[in-house]
Amino acid sequence: MKTIIKGRVWKYGDDVNTDVIFPGKYTYSITDRKEMAEHALEDLDPDFVKKVQPGDIIVAGKNWGCGSSREQAVISLKEAGVGAIVARSFARIYFRNCINEGLPIVTCDAVDSVETGDEITIDFGQGKVITPRAEYHFPPLAPSVMEILDAGGLVPHVKQKLGIA
Amino acid sequence: MGKTFAEKILAAKAGLDETVPGQIVTVQPDRLLTHDNTSAIAKTFRKIGTDRVANPNMNVIILDHVVPAANETYAQSHKETREFVQQQGIEAFYDVGEGICHQVLPEQGHALPGMLIVGSDSHTPSHGALGAFAAGIGRTEAAAVMATGEIWLRVPESMRIEVTGEMPPQVSAKDLVLHIIGDIGADGADYMSVEFAGPTIESMSIAGRQVLCNMAAEMGAKNGYVAPDETTRQWLAGRTTSTYDEILPDEDADYARVLHYDVSGLMPQIARPHRVDNVVPVTQVTGLPINQALIGTCTNGRLEDLRAAAQILRGKQIAPWVRLLVLPASREILLSAMEEGIIADLVKAGATLLNPGCGPCLGAHEGCMAPGERTISTANRNFKGRMGSREAEIYLGSPATVAASALRGAITDPREL
Repeated sequence: MKTIIKGRVWKYGDDVNTDVIFPGKYTYSITDRKEMAEHALEDLDPDFVKKVQPGDIIVAGKNWGCGSSREQAVISLKEAGVGAIVARSFARIYFRNCINEGLPIVTCDAVDSVETGDEITIDFGQGKVITPRAEYHFPPLAPSVMEILDAGGLVPHVKQKLGIA
Repeated sequence: MGKTFAEKILAAKAGLDETVPGQIVTVQPDRLLTHDNTSAIAKTFRKIGTDRVANPNMNVIILDHVVPAANETYAQSHKETREFVQQQGIEAFYDVGEGICHQVLPEQGHALPGMLIVGSDSHTPSHGALGAFAAGIGRTEAAAVMATGEIWLRVPESMRIEVTGEMPPQVSAKDLVLHIIGDIGADGADYMSVEFAGPTIESMSIAGRQVLCNMAAEMGAKNGYVAPDETTRQWLAGRTTSTYDEILPDEDADYARVLHYDVSGLMPQIARPHRVDNVVPVTQVTGLPINQALIGTCTNGRLEDLRAAAQILRGKQIAPWVRLLVLPASREILLSAMEEGIIADLVKAGATLLNPGCGPCLGAHEGCMAPGERTISTANRNFKGRMGSREAEIYLGSPATVAASALRGAITDPREL
């Protein structure tokens, strides 16, 4: 995983649920990861898929990703090019799904000082997020969780662990 | 200092003397529950590169989300699940028609006190109603559990919700849990283990306890829990021949938060669009016209729920502009409801009976809404777009409130009838 991530912000509010990130009507009918990206945030911000650029960062309020366990709510954003998600807090299954898909996430209050379109920097080595107006520190993830992210997600991590090339 | 249920069971499963909140433990689940997403999980399992699941007796697979298959894509997915079940020698497989995974799993004796259950569905916490530790996980990690037989879990902080008082007439577990969610918010128990306790819970049926633990997911909880007791043991009698260990929290356990509720003055509650924590007493929304009413789902599709609806609708006719959908949560419940005459009562009143399963709850089939329409439902989620159009509205309430509303064609306080 890259230790420094820079990107353009998409700002969202509190309690954004997985139904608006990736609607339930597609969860068992779309199996292609790239096709999932075409529906990312469809019921929250229809502009998102038209304008998202590779490396963009989502910055949100509390409880990002609440609701269904659907992993497509992570995959669709990752495949759309999102480089990281920064939120005041995450719903727990969403948090796990990000780690397992190898999508970097940060828990801090950066949402307080950004607007959509700002450029921000996440420095994982220093444990801080730098916005145009403020700096936020975040605690490191548990080492065993970091290992999964470093491996690029749970599938490569389990392969390594089981000794499968 | 004593330990909470979550701290005790995770220590036991990880082979440790004790655990503290925030600690990461590696555990071998007793059960891995998957549903229609099994075919996708099986693909990830193959990508890992293992041939055989670590422990086929751990797997419980139940097709419920879009059953029977709504089109060829779903049919293919179901077919791949059946092939996976065959290849891996998985015995606990329940095909189309058996019911919703969160009802069939316990009915078939796969959820027992003291078990650690993970499931690739966010409402897996339901099984805490029987004294298990049950948490939802994602698809990739379900595949990893199949491959390795283990998973990492963070030991959660615990919240205790003590409930006293007698439920007033036409007020039920759904009203209580909606009231709590409205109070603490959709992230009020984020990542926490929620223990429901107190005299009101002790006198509650297993079905009522399932409602509470199911909806714990809507407070952000990792798991919900009710201490097993004589009600639990009686419910399980005849459903399992296995012995089980009841794990109870210590009386002097350290909770991050303790809440107290007295239900004796509780009114029927409604969650308004598009958030489950947007809760008001039904009296604030009565008279709002509805197009559709739904009684069922993993929250409220059980026999006592259907009974509550039939009691209101027996011998009457629903409003002519309302579509009332009834989905018993399992084949067992459907059969019991038929034997009691409840199904006949509901169908005569104008209900459309659908097969046991998740139905329209996730917006894939069997009752989606057009723009501008409004449904009142016994389900657990009212998110924008969840049951079809993003321009439609979902109100959540108890079975009694939904039945009363179907009768009048507008949101109705069931105590008025």
